[in-house]
Amino acid sequence: MNKILKYVILDIVKNKIVIIYAIILGLFSWSSFSLEDNASKGLLTLLNIILLIVPMVSILFSTIYIYNSSEFIELLVSHPIKRKKIWWSLFLGLSLSLMIAFLIGAGLPLFLFADLAKATMMTLVGTLITLVFVAIAFLSTILSRDKAKGIGMSILFWLFFALLFDGLILFLLFQFSDYPIEKMMVVITSLNPIDLSRILILLELDVSAMMGYTGAIFKDFFGTTLGLIVSFSLLLLWVLIPFGISLKKFRKKDL
Amino acid sequence: MIEINNLSKKFGRLQVLKNINLNLLKGECIALIGPNGCGKTTLIKSILGMVIPNEGEILFNQNSIYQNISYRAQIGYMPQIGRYPENMSIGQIIDMVKEIRQSDTKLDEDLYHQFKINQILDKKMRTLSGGTTQKVSATLAFLFNPSVLILDEPTAGLDPLASEILKDKIIQEKKNGKLILITSHLLSELDDLVSQIVFMQEGVLVFHKNVTDLKKETGIEKLSKAITHILKDNRHE
Repeated sequence: MNKILKYVILDIVKNKIVIIYAIILGLFSWSSFSLEDNASKGLLTLLNIILLIVPMVSILFSTIYIYNSSEFIELLVSHPIKRKKIWWSLFLGLSLSLMIAFLIGAGLPLFLFADLAKATMMTLVGTLITLVFVAIAFLSTILSRDKAKGIGMSILFWLFFALLFDGLILFLLFQFSDYPIEKMMVVITSLNPIDLSRILILLELDVSAMMGYTGAIFKDFFGTTLGLIVSFSLLLLWVLIPFGISLKKFRKKDL
Repeated sequence: MIEINNLSKKFGRLQVLKNINLNLLKGECIALIGPNGCGKTTLIKSILGMVIPNEGEILFNQNSIYQNISYRAQIGYMPQIGRYPENMSIGQIIDMVKEIRQSDTKLDEDLYHQFKINQILDKKMRTLSGGTTQKVSATLAFLFNPSVLILDEPTAGLDPLASEILKDKIIQEKKNGKLILITSHLLSELDDLVSQIVFMQEGVLVFHKNVTDLKKETGIEKLSKAITHILKDNRHE
């Protein structure tokens, strides 16, 4: 597997987009820490930026990259190498290089400005959310052969999770405010990886005022430790399920 | 060497291959011809395991190709349009394929030297012209001394000099007893190369004949004319 992985990473790292991504993340992180007077405020500003930008770049860059390597995949398939390995190498290559960009851009300032526990949590969540959206990108590329359709699907996924989902939750809250829907809300929240990561960080930061409705329920329902474990494993499922489906489909795909 | 039994493939509703039976033997140079969209490339891709057929099986040395992928180590494939990762150089691509193959047989570097690949090793793939990309594909196909060569439109896009080099190489490998499968639209070009013809039309195998038999039947010496002759006959029937 590492035979191809090495070359995939080499190819991606040389790609200017990943470098620009790291620089932009770095600029946002430094400025949000420098502009706010205390580190926790800076952390919250950064959290919102990360939860918007990281998923977008991860899903779009990965989608476009996989479509552009279709002929490359074809070349590899004609050699004695398993399809499973090719798909895994692409996945690991993409997620590793995006993670490295994230660690350099946002991780470095985080560890410099914030205290260790919070910085660790943020970088952990950042890398996890990168993985989740790379996995979703793999799913949307395998669902459509057409590049424009696939990229459109990826944009929709991102838009849905980053913006539309919250609106939907608010709508549900108002519509069903007469009923005890707290437990339902926890389940619904776990359907959105971005919300899950937000809760994960806010549980760690312990800023209940900022947690929003679902975050408060989450804390109330699970308590801090259990809440962390549950949301963490749910996020992992968000990586494994989309990628697993794409892998299964890729093994049967006509190239 | 390669045996294809009752192979059928559908893309959606479109039937691309209809019940193909074919037996390809060692030492033959086989031309796979037919009009555009008749399923040539799909057949080749099925042999390579790139396309998974709906029905039928393909045997490589009596073993099904779906159980073990190691048979691909014995195939050199030159695609119709080779595209490679843009940021990689020619040298890196060649190194990568070498690492994947990890073959212990002696490398066949004839084309590598004749196409002067060693002078452009540092060039990035995105800067290459179509012809140079084809040269890289050809070099890679022949490099590992495979016992089967599958060439999809090998001379398309190559300049006359390079295509002559490639043709000489194909003839030489044929003499070495390898199985060579070529698709091409330029029938005149195949004249001095091939020993068997497989003709396909709309996903159906029309015939699979020796060139000598074909010429005898039609009484025409030139391959391109012999084939057009047969096609006209078919239409009358």
